[in-house]
Amino acid sequence: MSSSTTRSKIEARLKKRHARERRFYWAGLISIAISFFFLLVLLLTIFSKGLPAFEQTWIKLDVDLSEKILGVSRNADHDALFRAHYSRAIKKSLRKMFPGVKGRKQKRALKNLVSHSAPWDLREQVLKHPELIGGTHAFWFLAKDDIDLYMKDGIDRQADESERRLKDYQLAWIDRLLAEGRLQKRFNTRLFTSGDSRDPEQAGMLGAIVGSFYTMLVTLVLSFPIGVGAAAYLEEFAPQNNRWVDFIEVNINNLAAVPSIVFGLLGLAVFINFFGVPRSTPLVGGLVLTLMTLPTIIIAARAAIKSVPPSIKEAAIGLGASPVQTLFQHTLPLAMPGILTGTIIGMAQALGETAPLLMIGMVAFVADIPGGILDPATVMPVQVYLWSDSPERAFVERTSAAIIILLGFLVIMNSVAILLRKRFERRW
Amino acid sequence: MSEVLPTLPGLAGTGGEAAADKLPVENRDEFDIEIDGTVGQPFVDDPKMSSRHCDVYYGDKQAIFDISIDIGKNEIIAMIGPSGCGKSTFLRVLNRMNDTIPGCRVTGEHRLDGEDIYAPEQDPVLLRARVGMVFQKPNPFPKSIYDNVAYGPRLHGLARSRSELDEIVEKSLVRAGLFKEVKDDLQKPGTGLSGGQQQRLCIARAIAVDPEVILMDEPTSALDPIATATIEELMDELKSRYTIAVVTHSMQQAARVSQRTAYFHMGKLVEVNPTSQIFTNPEHKLTENYITGRFG
Repeated sequence: MSSSTTRSKIEARLKKRHARERRFYWAGLISIAISFFFLLVLLLTIFSKGLPAFEQTWIKLDVDLSEKILGVSRNADHDALFRAHYSRAIKKSLRKMFPGVKGRKQKRALKNLVSHSAPWDLREQVLKHPELIGGTHAFWFLAKDDIDLYMKDGIDRQADESERRLKDYQLAWIDRLLAEGRLQKRFNTRLFTSGDSRDPEQAGMLGAIVGSFYTMLVTLVLSFPIGVGAAAYLEEFAPQNNRWVDFIEVNINNLAAVPSIVFGLLGLAVFINFFGVPRSTPLVGGLVLTLMTLPTIIIAARAAIKSVPPSIKEAAIGLGASPVQTLFQHTLPLAMPGILTGTIIGMAQALGETAPLLMIGMVAFVADIPGGILDPATVMPVQVYLWSDSPERAFVERTSAAIIILLGFLVIMNSVAILLRKRFERRW
Repeated sequence: MSEVLPTLPGLAGTGGEAAADKLPVENRDEFDIEIDGTVGQPFVDDPKMSSRHCDVYYGDKQAIFDISIDIGKNEIIAMIGPSGCGKSTFLRVLNRMNDTIPGCRVTGEHRLDGEDIYAPEQDPVLLRARVGMVFQKPNPFPKSIYDNVAYGPRLHGLARSRSELDEIVEKSLVRAGLFKEVKDDLQKPGTGLSGGQQQRLCIARAIAVDPEVILMDEPTSALDPIATATIEELMDELKSRYTIAVVTHSMQQAARVSQRTAYFHMGKLVEVNPTSQIFTNPEHKLTENYITGRFG
């Protein structure tokens, strides 16, 4: 009697159990689908907005480089050539092309066809080839952001002129330039070769990339050895059931949950105000990010060290290896894949961190490429923040482009980490 | 008499006294016999190692009570007893492996060739080079066979040149009876060998530093009968050169390989006698109950 009732009882519940399993399966599938959808939307928006920023419009102008206009003789020395009137040369060539321009407003608009950097670019060319002086030559110049945007997005010509960024006369100039083949879109190398600028067409990421590199370097050099050392000590050497060790452990776990801006405040108070580390520099940024990254590395490294089979350590100790030899020859190499995973998670967090860096002045406008860890710098996520905050419309696409570059660096970093991890992975 | 060995965090996974698959022995009458000192012949003339009044504590719990025993030169001494009786713990006293377990305290007098191994000036590194150890579970390093055997010599700087090291590695593998099987792939990972081969690799690794005593903590309990037989033969050959102390759960193994047998019970040393005598004519009632299979 009993066996048949047991069977029927189990069978009665079996249907429920299967239904529950199916529900769980579908819940998992749906949640993955939802996250995938959002990821897709995110990437699509960023890429559709950001990709145009990788192209840039250039204008071809015939510039009269006569000695009269430049105000120097062709045999002048470097200094004199440096101070020659290049912007006058460009202005003249524009006037010559569009002779009918009247009034201050239109004249200024005409000058603003090309970027503010045009005279400097011209100077660079002339300094390189002084023999150009005296003749009229064709040069390509960066177009101003308004022209660039028109080339990419077009404009609604039916709209009322007063509501348009480009007035009728400007559109007429552009039409003529286009007709003469003087407008061209090229790959935007400046995005990768120049620092930040107030003019969108000149703004580049290089300053932020180099700043991020130095900051990450400081962070890695400090947080990896300190984090692994702390983890190894706590796991292998610290006295167990010691009140102080417990206290330290609890605090490390708590540190991992501290809002990042608090670390920024700490960095401001301790590193800048107390120790006098120069602000806005990769050094102080790296110090602050080290504080942030340490708990992540320590927790991951401790877990990795704990997972090394004790039999391996015993084998080494049984052969006469000292505790430190055991640590460096066996425990750490075997724990390395886990430690690297933790490090890369920490570094990826640090690479994307903005809030604490705002507190220590890395949000400043820095046009120069930092040359070391003591030069003022900004980092990629802060550059994204700065550009997203800029009023010029052309910064919208550049913000997205900066995000693409940032994501690209994250992907590269993670790939390197995975490769490293694969090399360290061993069976036991 | 109802004390149980505490579970040790440091011993997890290393074998020792873990596998208690039988009913708790404390509940049986055959078990509950008073132990009053060690009977038999625990001492020998001119011992290799000797322990006197050894107590071991894990924190507040005492695991070993007043054990005194000698280990003679070039003999194999077997240590048997039910799970949790302290035989592995005592074995680890002899090369100070217990130093690595937090909260473990060892008292008494322990000598190797008359030298106090727990003296403050005694370096455990040197001691462990002189007293090697083979563990229950084969634990080769995740390195090549060559590097496994060469680890100890490299650690202690025993070889002056690569060819000298090659020689040590080959000699050790030959003595461990593994050389013929692996001589063509010394660069293959040691973890890729079979269980029995791995254990012989661990023995080769232990004898590569040319120790005087080899401690074996249940060296065959993770192996099949054929691999076990190979290891037992090996132990018999090694006896001529080394002194061996072996902890085992298998009474047949103790009977086969050892000259003397020590019976441990609840952290106390009950009886030490020549193996031939202990299995035919045990002096103590507890020993008799154990070897006749009344418990344990």
